[in-house]
Amino acid sequence: MALPPPDPQFVLRGTSAAVHTLHFSCGGQEPDVPTLFSGSENGFIHVWNLKTHRVNTELDGHGRKSVYCVETIGSKNRLLSQGRDQRICLWDLAEGRTSVTDSVFTENVGFCRCSLLKVAQGRWLVAMAAKALEEVQVLELPSKTSVCTLKPEVGAKLGMPMCLKLWQLNCGSQPLLLAGYEDGSVVLWNLSMGKVLSQLVCHQEPVMSLDFDSEKAKGISGSSEKVLSIWSLNEQQNLQVYKTHKLVNAGISDITIRPDKKILATAGWDHRIRIFGWKKLKPLAVLNYHTATVHCVSFSDHKNPSERLLAAGSKDHRISIWSIYTQT
Amino acid sequence: VCFVPGGLDCSISFVSHVLGKVCVHGRQKEILSVLVPRLTDLTKSDCIWQRICWRLVECVPDRWMEAVVLGFVQRAPGADVLSRLLGNLVVKNKKAQFVVTQKVLLLQYCHTTAVLQNLLGYLSLDSLRRALLIKVLQELLETWGSSSAVKHSPPEQQQYISKAILICLSHLKEPEIESCRQELLTSMMEGVKCHLDSNLPQIRRLGMIVAESISSKINTDGPVLKFQYEEDEEARELKSLLVQTPPFCVVPSLPDDNRNEKADAAPPLVLESNKKSHTTALVMSDEESDAELDSDDDLIPYDMSEDKELKIKAPVYIRDCIEVLTGSEDVDKWEATVKTLESLVRNNPAATREVSVELAKILLHLEEKTCIEGFVELRQRAQVAVLTTDPIPVAKYLTSQFYSLNYSLRQRMDILDVLVLAAQELSYPKSHRKTKHSGAQNPCIQLLPGSDSSKDWRRIVDERIKSKTRRFATGQSQAELASSPNEFSSVVGHFFFPLIQQFDRPLTTFDLLGEDHFVLGRLVHTLAILMYLAVNTVAVTAMGKALLEFVWALRFHTDSYVRQGLLSCISSMLLSVPTERLLQDMTEELLETQSWLGDVVEKDPDGDCRRLALQNLLLMENLKKKLKIVPS
Repeated sequence: MALPPPDPQFVLRGTSAAVHTLHFSCGGQEPDVPTLFSGSENGFIHVWNLKTHRVNTELDGHGRKSVYCVETIGSKNRLLSQGRDQRICLWDLAEGRTSVTDSVFTENVGFCRCSLLKVAQGRWLVAMAAKALEEVQVLELPSKTSVCTLKPEVGAKLGMPMCLKLWQLNCGSQPLLLAGYEDGSVVLWNLSMGKVLSQLVCHQEPVMSLDFDSEKAKGISGSSEKVLSIWSLNEQQNLQVYKTHKLVNAGISDITIRPDKKILATAGWDHRIRIFGWKKLKPLAVLNYHTATVHCVSFSDHKNPSERLLAAGSKDHRISIWSIYTQT
Repeated sequence: VCFVPGGLDCSISFVSHVLGKVCVHGRQKEILSVLVPRLTDLTKSDCIWQRICWRLVECVPDRWMEAVVLGFVQRAPGADVLSRLLGNLVVKNKKAQFVVTQKVLLLQYCHTTAVLQNLLGYLSLDSLRRALLIKVLQELLETWGSSSAVKHSPPEQQQYISKAILICLSHLKEPEIESCRQELLTSMMEGVKCHLDSNLPQIRRLGMIVAESISSKINTDGPVLKFQYEEDEEARELKSLLVQTPPFCVVPSLPDDNRNEKADAAPPLVLESNKKSHTTALVMSDEESDAELDSDDDLIPYDMSEDKELKIKAPVYIRDCIEVLTGSEDVDKWEATVKTLESLVRNNPAATREVSVELAKILLHLEEKTCIEGFVELRQRAQVAVLTTDPIPVAKYLTSQFYSLNYSLRQRMDILDVLVLAAQELSYPKSHRKTKHSGAQNPCIQLLPGSDSSKDWRRIVDERIKSKTRRFATGQSQAELASSPNEFSSVVGHFFFPLIQQFDRPLTTFDLLGEDHFVLGRLVHTLAILMYLAVNTVAVTAMGKALLEFVWALRFHTDSYVRQGLLSCISSMLLSVPTERLLQDMTEELLETQSWLGDVVEKDPDGDCRRLALQNLLLMENLKKKLKIVPS
């Protein structure tokens, strides 16, 4: 007999605006407190203490414009946030500070979340949508120098980039970029030459979100239609469709694979969070708590597997935290 | 006929005379079917024979020149052959020039495309004659672009001229296009305007194709004109004329077939290769999944039976619907309301009657807020439901709005369509109506209006005419239908008379007799349909009289679509009004109409109008016969 789906472990309230992005930082040792960063539509970034379930700090750096991407750079004291004020801000949060140390003016008015990748000690690459409609820009942090600009060829008609993922096979190998575009295709870019390695049309509608497992060379993308598309990368760096999965209701805003590559979570427009097994995309659970569309899902990076959490942020101003499949 | 190429100075004028006389007497086919192939072979390489041939045709007396030239043009297998046979006849002989450049192209339109190709190809093959080609193109464009020609000449002639223009364009070379680019542009602009103004879709499409072709010729590197129209056999044939076929193809239609065949062959090959790669990919993935160990099993799924489609609740009361449609910001609810409105209206007639006029007003002004599939159809069905539930007040409202200020033409035509659909529904007996709903298919009227709806109705009227003409022989064949009171009878007057009353009073934004003749055409067709549906109602005689007066006032309208509508009005009237009433109350009007119909049959330029008028005359004849047979 299948058990009914679990309830959230706890629910964080207090953002008073739709939650667009979440990021965990729980890998630190004691006395480091497990933290969750959330970005909201009213421009605030809340730093949640997961022990007390309360907000530690509130960061206001985007002029009350919606924050749609939040990530830590290295430690939990260095934060990167991206907002609709066309800026990416770098924060220094050590010792209780809340100051913006640096910012990048992206001149992009879209909603594409940037992607961060550590390439060497103290050096990071960040990929973001650029000013021109179809372009993606890759910068190096902290120097803010441009590494390359990825422009699709004329007539490709890909539309805006909707979601990005920088990855490398292992430390020291070439960084590559996977970008999902408005026309439903996923493109693999080679950063050093700035050229397209492979392009695959996965969806009829814009690709809303994607995630990639570099070990298995398999990725998954969700769109505004009812289909999830799983694709793989073969030895010739070509993308091929591996499988598709039909959903009950249309619209996926976010997909994320758990760091141990066992399960993945999708955030749906139908207010539900779905959990699938990553190996064969076996549907595992449908978590029904929110009363409006779920904008983002994120897995925690706890060192202890039994403490792992899943967080989901929704338009109904709440963040639900779940503890699911922690035994494996 | 056998020539002796002996002496150098043989006189051929006698032969020319014979040729000319034979041709003029109508024997072109016989003599030229022998002569032309012979001459073609002989003149292929022999210059002397060529010159003999030219002398032959040049010596034909002027009064027979037309027949001879026409015969040659029709018989010659290609433009180059024609060039060899006729030489520079058109330049040297005035009569030949007139026939080739004016008569065949502008005054006649019975010739095939092959003849046009021959003629225009012939003109293009020699530098002396090319000046004529350009002159011909200019005159063709002038005719094509004149608005009176577009309005009054039959569609077949317009198609012929369009074909000629396209072939001319295909022959023109770059420097020539350069020199007359400005003229081409001006005539194209004028011509396009006249063509798009027309009510007949065929004319509009001809205009679009020719304009596109001209634009592509004069702007080879810039942006070209592109229209959206239906591609069918005719359009493809016209477009294929733009590309010149190689001279050795004897029959011009062959290259088209070849091209089509090649085009058909290419996609199947592509499809096959796609299928092959797809199957290999599938086979590979199956193998892979079998090989993988099933380690996902240690993750036990939870109960997911609650996971169903998310449904937005639609309102259940009509007044709630009104609230949502007029005020609500919730687009999901708005969408759900629009989808369920028709069924709600039909299931709650009493509630609908309380708010019917308000609902009709909201629906008339309803704009598409979100992208719903079939929005226009949903709105129309809701309007029809409201109208049939509470016919009299809503009909009053709609007909008054038809003649009010500040409505778009689209809205006015929507009103007409809704009236017609509701009338059809009301005039059918209830049992028949139910089966129609279940099919949700209305074979008679297309729910998305186009000028095609009139054609379907004509078909129905034709069938009815056929059934009528046999009826007095076979007797009652339709006694099976369950009978119920005709609901349309009490309301038909409210549908019909307000529409017919104000047609001659122009408003600032709406002038039926002036620019908005398209709406006038639709109005006339609507009246014809309403008349047809009014059969067996009490008001039908009064309607018939009013309609006849209306038709009489508009009978000389210049637009052929309107005239077709007027003639279908007469058909409907003859079919619906009982014969005794027709012959007793409307005798003089009928006689006048009969003489007008006779005129139309003979002199109207539009083929459809003539056909409809002929049908009407036949109907009248049948009526007279019927009365004679019925014993007094």
